[in-house]
Amino acid sequence: MAEKKRRDTVRRSMPKQDDFERRKNFAEVALGYTEELARGEAARCLNCKKAPCVSGCPVNIDIPFFVKAIVDGDFAAGVRQIKKTNALPAICGRVCPQEEQCEIKCVVGRRGSPVAIGRLERYLADWEATQAKIEKPRLARKTGRKVVIVGAGPAGITVANDLCLLGHDVTIYEALHEPGGVLTYGIPEFRLPKAIVNREVKYIESLGAKLVLDFVVGKTRTVDNLLEEFDAMFIATGAGLPWFLGIPGENLNGVYSANEYLTRVNLMKGFLFPDFDTPIKRPANVIVIGGGNVAMDSARTAVRLGADEVHIVYRRGREELPAREEEVENAEEEGVIFDLLTLPVKLVGNEQGWVSGMECLKMELGEPDDSGRRRPVPIEGSEFHMPADAVVVSIGNSPNPLIAATTPGLDIGRKDNISTDDNGRTSRHNIWAAGDVVTGAATVISAMGAARTAAQAMHEYLTNLT
Amino acid sequence: MYKVIERKMIVPNLHELTIEAPAVAASVQAGNFVVLRPDDRGERTPLSVADWDREAGTVTSIFMQVGASTAKLAQLQPGDTIPTFSGPLGRETVIDNFGTVLCVGGCYGIGSIYPVARALKRAGNRVCTLVEARSSYLLYWQDRLRQVSDSYFNITRDGTVGVKGHVSALPDIMQEAGLKPDRVIVNGCTFMMMRVSEITRPLGWKTVVNMNPIMIDGTGMCGVCRLSVAGETKFACVDGPDFDGHEVDWREFLARRKSYLPEEVAPLRKSGCGH
Repeated sequence: MAEKKRRDTVRRSMPKQDDFERRKNFAEVALGYTEELARGEAARCLNCKKAPCVSGCPVNIDIPFFVKAIVDGDFAAGVRQIKKTNALPAICGRVCPQEEQCEIKCVVGRRGSPVAIGRLERYLADWEATQAKIEKPRLARKTGRKVVIVGAGPAGITVANDLCLLGHDVTIYEALHEPGGVLTYGIPEFRLPKAIVNREVKYIESLGAKLVLDFVVGKTRTVDNLLEEFDAMFIATGAGLPWFLGIPGENLNGVYSANEYLTRVNLMKGFLFPDFDTPIKRPANVIVIGGGNVAMDSARTAVRLGADEVHIVYRRGREELPAREEEVENAEEEGVIFDLLTLPVKLVGNEQGWVSGMECLKMELGEPDDSGRRRPVPIEGSEFHMPADAVVVSIGNSPNPLIAATTPGLDIGRKDNISTDDNGRTSRHNIWAAGDVVTGAATVISAMGAARTAAQAMHEYLTNLT
Repeated sequence: MYKVIERKMIVPNLHELTIEAPAVAASVQAGNFVVLRPDDRGERTPLSVADWDREAGTVTSIFMQVGASTAKLAQLQPGDTIPTFSGPLGRETVIDNFGTVLCVGGCYGIGSIYPVARALKRAGNRVCTLVEARSSYLLYWQDRLRQVSDSYFNITRDGTVGVKGHVSALPDIMQEAGLKPDRVIVNGCTFMMMRVSEITRPLGWKTVVNMNPIMIDGTGMCGVCRLSVAGETKFACVDGPDFDGHEVDWREFLARRKSYLPEEVAPLRKSGCGH
C-alpha cells in the first residue's frame, strides 16, 4: 500500500498592507498571492470528484478544474474555465463571501482550514490582467435580437456578458457617469480598486455590449418607450435608496447616509479634494451606525480620511455582525472601535445645525427573533452620550422606486422590490430583473447568480421569438 | 459627451447655458432639473431647467457662479463638450387650470419660472408673474416672461425699476392689481422662497417652492438633498423638487444648504443673493 501523503492543513495567508501604513492611504489592503503561494495553496485541494465546493458557488464555477490548473501552472486554462460561468472573477475573488459559499463546503476544511478558493480565483484573474492579450471566448452567431439592460452593476454586467456570448445585441443604460454600480460608488478603492472594475467593463464592451452613461431609465426615457426599440429588457438597478433610522436629529449637518459618504469618496474621488471638486469633510470623531460590510467600508474610509476615532455602533453582539469576518478583522486592525449592543436613540446638534453627539442605550440579548438572531433588548436606565462630529448611517438600502413608479404593469413587492418568478421574469412578459432590485440589498455574487439564470431564460425567450 | 451650444453671462454673475442633449430635451418638463459635470474632475451639479427646444435637441439653464464647479461652467465656450448631462430629474411642476397663479422668480429662478409660467398659461390660467432682483441690471428674460403672463411686475431693492423693496411687497402689489392668486409658485434662491412662504402663509395662499439643496446623484441614491416637509423626511431629487412652502422646515434646510460653504469658497457672499 502506498504511503498516504500527509495532508497540508495550513491555509496560506494573503500578504496585506501593514496595519498602520494602510490607515493613511486608499490603496488596496490585500495584496494577493504570489505564484509560489498560489501554487502551494492550490496543491492543498483534494480534487474531489463530487466537489461540494461547486454546489456552494452561486454561479457554479468548476472550482477543482481551475485549482488544478494553478497546480499545473496552466493559468490560461484556469481563467478560461472560470470565465465560462463568471464574467467578473477579479471582483468576485475579492468581494465574495467565500467562507459561507464554496469554502464552507470544502472537504479539506473538515480537518484544518479550507482551500482559499477566493484568493486563488483572484490570483488567476490578476494573472490574466498582466498578460499582453486578454483571451476572448468565441461569440455565437448574431441573432439580430436586441436587449436593453438597465444598470451597469454586477447583475447587469453578468447578463450583458452572457447575452453577448449568445449572439444578442446588448445595450446597457447606466444612470451614473461611471459604470459598475455598487462596485464603483459603494465598495472602496482599498477593497476593490476601480481599475479592476473598469477592466471588467472594458472586457464586456469588447464582447460587443454598448454602454450608455448618464441615462436615467424612468426619467430620460421610460421603460415602455425603450421597449419600442428592444425585444427584451433586463432591470438591474440595485438597492440604492438609503434607509435612515427615523430618530430625532438625522437631518443635522454632518449626518450622512453610507451611500452619500461612500459615493463622495469612491465615485466622486472626494479624498482627492481639491484636485477633484467634490468636497468631503475630514472630521475627528466619526460614528458609523450599522454592522454590515457597508458599515465596515464606511468606518475604514473614515480612518483613511484622518479621523482620530472611529466607532461602529451596532445594536446586537459581535457574533451577530452581518459583515464578513475578514472585514471586521480589517476594521479592528485599523483601529476602529466597536460599540456593540448599543442602540442610537437621538442625534444631538449645536447651534449651527451640526451634529455634536449621539444619545445611546445599552442593550442585552434576549430570545431569538424571526431572523434566528437573538433579539437585542434595551437595558433600562443605561442612557449614555457619545461625542461625534460626523455620523454615517449604514443600516441598509431598498430598491430605487423610479422605474417602478413609471412602468405600468410591473408588479412590485412589499419592500419596493420588483417581483419575479424563479427565472427572473417579471409580471411583464418581456422584462426580467435580478439582483438587489429583486432581493433587497444582498451580495454581488448572489446578484450575479440570479442574473445568469435570468440571462438563460431571456435567451430562450429571444430564440423562440418569431 | 455633450456639446455646449451657447454660454453667455446674461447679467453679472448669472450665466445662460445651452447644451445639446436630445434625449433630455425630448422629455423635459417645467420644474425638472438636470445634473451636469463640467469636466472629469468636476462635481455633479444640479441646475434647474429654464427652457428647451425639442426639435433642436437642446436644453437651457441659468446658473449663478458660486463655487469651483460653477466657475468651470462659467468658462465653457460654444463647441466645448461636458462629460455629464443627466436628466430630466425630479418630478415636474404640477400644471393644471388653477385659476389665477402667481409665479415668482428671482436669481436663476427668473429663468426656471419661465417654462412654469408658459405651461400654466397654456393650461388656461390667468398668469401673474413677479420678478425680484437687487437692481434693474440683474433682470433678464423680461420679454419672454411678459409674453406668457397676463400681468407682470418687477420688484427691485433699490427701486431702479418697478416697485422698490423686496418680496414682502407682494401682497400690496397683488391687492393693487385686484388679484387674488389661487396658487403661488416660487423659483429662486432659498431665502426668497422662504420669505415668500412666510408672507403667503397668513394669507392662506397655497405656495409651491422649487427646492435647491446640495445633491450628488440626483436620482435618490445618496440622500444628501433630504429635507423635512410636514415633519417627514423627503428627498428633494425624487420626491420633489417642488414642495409646499408652508410645510418645509426652512431653518433646517438653510443649515443643510450651508454645509459645504467653506469648501465652495467665498464668492457666494459677494453675489448679493441671500442663500
